[in-house]
Parts: sequence; C-alpha cells; structure tokens
Amino acid sequence: MGRVSGKVAFVTGAARGQGRAHALRLAEEGADIIAVDLCGPVPDLQYDHATPDDLAETVKQIEALDRRIVAREADVRDFDALKGVVDEGVAELGGLDIVVANAGICIIADAESTTPEIWKNTIDTNLTGVWHTVQATVPHLKGRGAGSIILTSSAAGLVALPFLTAYIAAKHGVTGLGKAYALELGRFNIRVNTIHPGGVDTPMGGMGAAFPEYIEKNPGIVMGGYGVLPETTTQAVDQANAVLWLASDEAKFVTGTQISVDAGMVVC
Amino acid sequence: MGRLDGKVVFITGVARGQGRRHAIRFAEEGADIIGFDLLDEIKGSPSAPATQEDMDETVRQVEALDRRIIATKADVRDYAAVKSAVDVGVAQLGRLDVVLGNAGVFTAPALAHELEDDIFMDTLDINVAGVWRTAKAAIPHLKKNEQGGSIILTSSVAGLMGYPNFAHYVSSKHAVVGLMRTLALELAPDHIRVNSIHPGSVNTVMVTNDTIAKLFRPDLENPTAADFAEAAKQMNPMGIDMLESFDISNAMVFLASDEARYITGVTLPVDAGTMVQ
Repeated sequence: MGRVSGKVAFVTGAARGQGRAHALRLAEEGADIIAVDLCGPVPDLQYDHATPDDLAETVKQIEALDRRIVAREADVRDFDALKGVVDEGVAELGGLDIVVANAGICIIADAESTTPEIWKNTIDTNLTGVWHTVQATVPHLKGRGAGSIILTSSAAGLVALPFLTAYIAAKHGVTGLGKAYALELGRFNIRVNTIHPGGVDTPMGGMGAAFPEYIEKNPGIVMGGYGVLPETTTQAVDQANAVLWLASDEAKFVTGTQISVDAGMVVC
Repeated sequence: MGRLDGKVVFITGVARGQGRRHAIRFAEEGADIIGFDLLDEIKGSPSAPATQEDMDETVRQVEALDRRIIATKADVRDYAAVKSAVDVGVAQLGRLDVVLGNAGVFTAPALAHELEDDIFMDTLDINVAGVWRTAKAAIPHLKKNEQGGSIILTSSVAGLMGYPNFAHYVSSKHAVVGLMRTLALELAPDHIRVNSIHPGSVNTVMVTNDTIAKLFRPDLENPTAADFAEAAKQMNPMGIDMLESFDISNAMVFLASDEARYITGVTLPVDAGTMVQ
C-alpha cells in the first residue's frame, strides 16, 4: 500500500529535474500522474531547456512503475492551455488530489543587466505560472472534497541572494501566494504549502557557470547561499520526498508552511 | 520494512500524550525507544501528573510492536538524571540516532505582569533548559554515528506567535527556536540535523482541561469541552478544533527519517494553518 495510493497528481515542469522526480516519487507510492512541460526554449536561459524526448522519458519511467500518466507539452504562462491539459487529465484519470507547481526558470543577471524581458519571463513563468496552476486545479480539488497543493518556491523565496532580482521577487511571491491560498482554501480541506530547495543537482544547476562574470563585475558583494551540512547540494529525490510527505495524509493538518530542503542554507 | 529500521530514538515526556504516541509511531517504523518521564507533580499544572501506570501503558504498546523500550523516571530539570537515562538506554540498545525533546509544561496562566516568579522560571527550566539538557546529554552519542542523526525539538505555535496570558509558555517556546537554530549550526559538520515542530492545540491533557477552556472562552463562566472546540475552530483556516498526537508523530517520523536528510534549521508548524491566519 503506497502512501498516496489511488490519488492523482498534477505536476508542472515534469520533463526532467525536480518535476520528473516528483512525478516518479508520487507514482512509486501509488499515484497516477498528469504532467506538463514547456519542452522548449525561453530567451536568455543559461542552461539547456527540456525537450520532448525528456518528457517522453518521464512517461516511460512512470509507465514502468505500472502507473498511468497523461503528459502534454504546455506552457504555464498560457492559462487556457494549462487548464485544457488539467481538464483532459482529470477526465481520463478520474479526479485530482495533488498539485505540484514546480515549473520554473532561473536567469542569472545583476540588477543592472536585468532586462525587461528577463523580468517578464521570470515573473510570468515562476509566479504567474504558479498562480495559473492553482487556479486551473482548485475546482477539481474542491470537487474531490480535499487536496494538497505544493508550490516550489526556493531558498531565494525566503532570503535574498545576489544576481537574481527577478527570481527572488518571483519566489518571494510564491511564498506569499502559498500562505494566501492556505488561508482561503483551508475550509475546503485543501492544504497549501511551499517547499524551498537550496542547491539541487539538476540541469538548471548549469546556470551556475554564469555567476563568475557578475561576481567579477560586482566586487564587495558577498555570495553566501551555502548550506551548513557537509554535503550542500541536494538531489531531486530529496525535494520529492518533502513533496510526497506534504501530499500524503501524514501531513493532513499541515498547511501554510514553508519547508526548506536546503542543507541548512537559510538558518545561518 | 520500516522507515526507521534499526534506529534508536530518545524521547522525553514519554508516559502519555504526544510523547507516548511518538514512541508507538517510531516503533511502528522499526525503531527502539529510550524514554523517561517525570511522573510527579508540577506546581501550577492544571492537569494531574502522568503516572507509573501511564508509563507502563507506553511500554506495553511499544513491546506489543516487538520493539524494545528502556523507560525510566527522570526530571529534565536534573542534568545528571537526564544523562543517566540516555546513557543507560544507549548502553542497552547500542546506539542513538534520533532525539525528540518533547517534555514540556503549561502552568498557571496569567497576564505577564501578574505571573509568579517561580511559575515563570520553572516553565523556562522545563521547556527550554530541559530541552537543552536533553540535547546536551544526547549529542555525544549522536556524534559517534558516521551518518549523523536528527534532533527534533517540540516548540509550539506559541513559539512563533504571541498569546496573551501565557508569557511564560510563549517565552519558553520562542527560546526553543533559538536553541534549535544554534544547535543546527553547531552540529551540521557532524551530519546532525536539528529542527523544531510547532503544534497547534493537540488533544492531550495539557489542552483538554478547565483552565485552557476558560482561557479560550473568557465569555463563559463554566465552559465545556464543546465550548472550547467552538472557539478553537475559529483559530485556523481548516476549521478543526484539535490535532491528534499522531499528526505530530507523523511529522517527527518524516524529519527523523533519511527522507529529510537535507532538512535542518527548519521551524515546521503542524497547526492546520494557524500561523497564516
């Protein structure tokens, strides 16, 4: 008996990285999956974007666990497209219990180099995309009489780190959004929590190569942002284990919380 | 296959309430237990003290799960007694992996300027210094583990928010957060994680008594449990009156397990959303 047996989970950004790990971990514990990913480019990204092949690999791995999956290419910035996939997946899988708003981008730039396009793409994907995800799914959770929504914020949703103004703003926004939804949705037995990853070993981590340019350009700015445990880089499965716990009935009265999975980055 | 197979957990305040439920829940997941309780009166406590019979029931339930438990009588205000309890337990069970600083009191509520000095100081002695003594006695054992360990301190929503009429309890539970954060920094190099849990109202004798009912229903002369429940439901967005002890135990298991191996320094409310309201 899995810890989320018989439940259906919607995961955004599920082609690879943390999103794939969430889908797999929930499927291992008995959930069926509705998955979306952009599978395409976003301007200014300093790491390779996910591809249709990545999403196909997620599908293959979920099916290998004998779980069902409805996977589609969709952009969280496009509410109608997102809602279309959710509605289709719910119709096929019979309901919705768990929502993981994971899709996000990260573009490194100091404040001066942050263009209106970087700002817009970051806020639209990381904040508005999360709002779209919740708005498109809440009606289904209400229909079920219960639900667990997990929003992926970041350590950068609790503290500031240099050269990430748009990302920091978006992720702080996600933290607030989680609390606001928790307040309004509690009476429907729908729980909303945010997770706050520190460094995670995923393709997005490739952006780190962009830091030295800005460090050199901005002498005197302290980098910070390191965990205190001996191993500071987490794996995607560590984030997925926190998502699983929040999704399960073990956390049935946990709502409005912020859970850092960051090797102690924000405690210091 | 349990999520804590082969681990040994040290739990304070284990005779009843949350502590007992933690012992049973950890045993269900494969852990052996070292525990103690005061089993004696505390000045100003609105509920009767835990008894030897309570402790025996905890032992019976853990042993019914085919797990071992070393349960003794000790006071968190007495470092030598705390150290002896954990040392004896480790000598018998062979190791220590997890520490739950659970023992605490809620006594004689009053406005801050009307609180008695000994009530205030005793609350700090039990709820903060007691947790510190628990950690102090356990840390040398945890440091022997190459894979580290997990310390979880029971604070409260009153460790993150103020409440009128219990400055002593609120102060003590806030202090637990400072202790947790400092321990998290000091012990991280040894792979020992430290976090705090912040329960809302939990269905134990600490909450289900006339004193608490009157605190939350000052409008009624003799409030009943139902009157308390009505008020409590207004205090969180999920509209529940009380949590059950196992809701807290489930959070403890998660933080104790390897699933949380990168979680340290976190304040985790288990409060049906009380903190966001």
